[in-house]
Amino acid sequence: MSSQVDKNKVVAKRLLLAVIGMFGFGFAMVPLYTLICDVTGINKVGDASEGRVALEDVIHGGVNEDRLINVEFDVTLNGDLPWDVEPEVKKMQVHPGKAYEVVFTAVNKTDDNVITTAVPGITPWQATEHFSKVECFCFNQQKLKPREVKAMPLKFVIANELPEKYGTVTLSYTFMNTDRSKVNKKVASIH
Amino acid sequence: MSTDVAHDAHHHGPPAGFRRWLFSTNHKDIGTMYLIFALVMLFLGGASAMMLRAELLYPGIQILNPDLYNNLLTNHALIMVFGMVMPAAAGMANWMIPMQIGAPDMALPRLNNLSFWLLPFAGTMLIISMIAPYIWGDTPVNTGWTLYPPLSVQAGIGMDFSIFTLHILGISSILASINIVTTIINMRAPGMGWMDMPLFVWAWFLTGLLLIMVMPVLAGGVTMLLFDRHFGTAFFDAAGGGDPVLFQHLFWFFGHPEVYVLLLPSIGVLGLIVPTFSRKPLFAYKPLVYSMMLLCALGMVVWAHHQYTVGMSEAVTNYFMIGTILISIPVGYMLFSFIFTMWRGSMTFETPMLFAIAIVLMFSFAGVTGVMLAVVPADLQYHDTYFVVAHFHYALIPGAVFGLYAGVFYWLPKWTGNMYDEKLGKIFFWWTTISFNLTFFPQHFSGLAGMPRRIVDYSPIFLEFNFISSISAFAFGASHLLFLYIIIKTIRGGEKAGDMPWDGAQVGTTGLEWTVPSPPPFHTFEEPPVLKAK
Repeated sequence: MSSQVDKNKVVAKRLLLAVIGMFGFGFAMVPLYTLICDVTGINKVGDASEGRVALEDVIHGGVNEDRLINVEFDVTLNGDLPWDVEPEVKKMQVHPGKAYEVVFTAVNKTDDNVITTAVPGITPWQATEHFSKVECFCFNQQKLKPREVKAMPLKFVIANELPEKYGTVTLSYTFMNTDRSKVNKKVASIH
Repeated sequence: MSTDVAHDAHHHGPPAGFRRWLFSTNHKDIGTMYLIFALVMLFLGGASAMMLRAELLYPGIQILNPDLYNNLLTNHALIMVFGMVMPAAAGMANWMIPMQIGAPDMALPRLNNLSFWLLPFAGTMLIISMIAPYIWGDTPVNTGWTLYPPLSVQAGIGMDFSIFTLHILGISSILASINIVTTIINMRAPGMGWMDMPLFVWAWFLTGLLLIMVMPVLAGGVTMLLFDRHFGTAFFDAAGGGDPVLFQHLFWFFGHPEVYVLLLPSIGVLGLIVPTFSRKPLFAYKPLVYSMMLLCALGMVVWAHHQYTVGMSEAVTNYFMIGTILISIPVGYMLFSFIFTMWRGSMTFETPMLFAIAIVLMFSFAGVTGVMLAVVPADLQYHDTYFVVAHFHYALIPGAVFGLYAGVFYWLPKWTGNMYDEKLGKIFFWWTTISFNLTFFPQHFSGLAGMPRRIVDYSPIFLEFNFISSISAFAFGASHLLFLYIIIKTIRGGEKAGDMPWDGAQVGTTGLEWTVPSPPPFHTFEEPPVLKAK
């Protein structure tokens, strides 16, 4: 009987180790997920630093004057972010291989400091790796003082390698309030 | 009997009063408590479903505000999955596995006590999560059972109670699984090899392993959610550089195998019922066991078919699509195995068998809609519509819940010593299956026509489908009052069942539960049984 109890303890301990291992695996997924996405390019869309390159690395094929690509800009303010953000143009036509600059104007409508993160997304996602941001307000958090108006430049190049079938590329930014307590308050209402 | 404790436990009857239950280490008592808990939760989860259907009877908002609707929806799912199906299956495992393999009790009886008694606390916590918004004035848990961020990061304090509920339930089912797997590995009667075990034991062995593999990942995921909510981390918060899609991967890495956790015990029950009432051994038992293993292995690696619309590359979605469609092979094998067991058997149609036949039919139907949903371009249309709701209710109600009902009718005579009322059982079967089909079949059509899930209101063009659905759902809910009545009536008395209430069990199954009296004495198999040589 006691040997039976010992045997049970051995098996149960091994299974418990498996449980602990799988719990660790869940947390290991966090760096692994980023790694897998980087290596396979599954999830380049959501990565803010993606496309941050030096200008000379992008413009190697020269400017293709024969091809025009439509670029559209879109801004979403997440939650109750008390800002206004507007690109100076909603859409433009660009040549691949040439650098362009677009200024986004942000206005803080409150009497508090507000810090945001802008997360870019590119549609179609297959264009992501060919859409390079040389300079972007999305590389850093942006802080606006009360009632401040700020011009935020975006400098980008679309590579010559962008497949011909993609005639229009949409760059969409979602601005998020980094102060989560502010986000919660507004959403929190039962009625 | 090397210790005094073991000596005491084996030579006295059960202690009197509440001590018998609170301190119980007896697998039969704990099994009974699990089953009663599951029954209570069935009515709680059912009541929330009734309220949802009452709201959906007509378009417009009549009785529930949108947040409360979504909160009830979340609770319906959490209660049914974690509170009802899993404890009911664990209760049956507790009752039957030691008796089927000829063991005196579970391998770790005290752990068994702990894993049951965690459940009432989890249930209480779940109820608090629902009333918390009314006390602290915050948003309710309105995310659905998937708890996707960012909504779950923003929801009110009720979400914290939901997360702790999942933690406690997770610990409970992990401990129960460790116990069951250890019991099956170590405690089989001498002479009972792996391939002599009743299918129910095999099914639970694999279920236990699956739970051990995936439950901790869910626990990790909701822990990260808790950290994001309160400790300033940004695992899933895009504002801090996290990625909400990561949670979806963690959740479905658990959530898809969870489907098989719910399904397999019922497949195991069918693997005993079909041979018993066909009076033939199970057709191709070994390949059936292998196909269950294949099902578990494939089920672990196809989780992202729940996330086709989050923007994965074509290569990745193709992989998940092909993997998902492959699952129809082992599942199809199981169903054919049951059909061939019935083939030329001398079948009789008692209530458990009626359920078994209905399950084979209705579960195949869920399999067909499952293949439709697995196909990426089609799924992009079906995603988050009532078609999905119809699909998984067809999978889980026949696949898991009806399988458990069949098990209850099959073993109730063994547990209580009394036969249930066959006539009432048959009425319950027809009432519940017809009303179930009338409830969920129309949802395929409203889903294909574009009615979205998880929304309190709907376009009036879906009125007819929803009206039929709601009226039938009320009938479906009401049928469970009859179920409750049958169970109580059987416990209180009835025709004596005898050791072997089903004559076909002798040829059909290999379990040892039929060699002990009905109801079984408090302790069974204190001396290991001697298996007949084959």
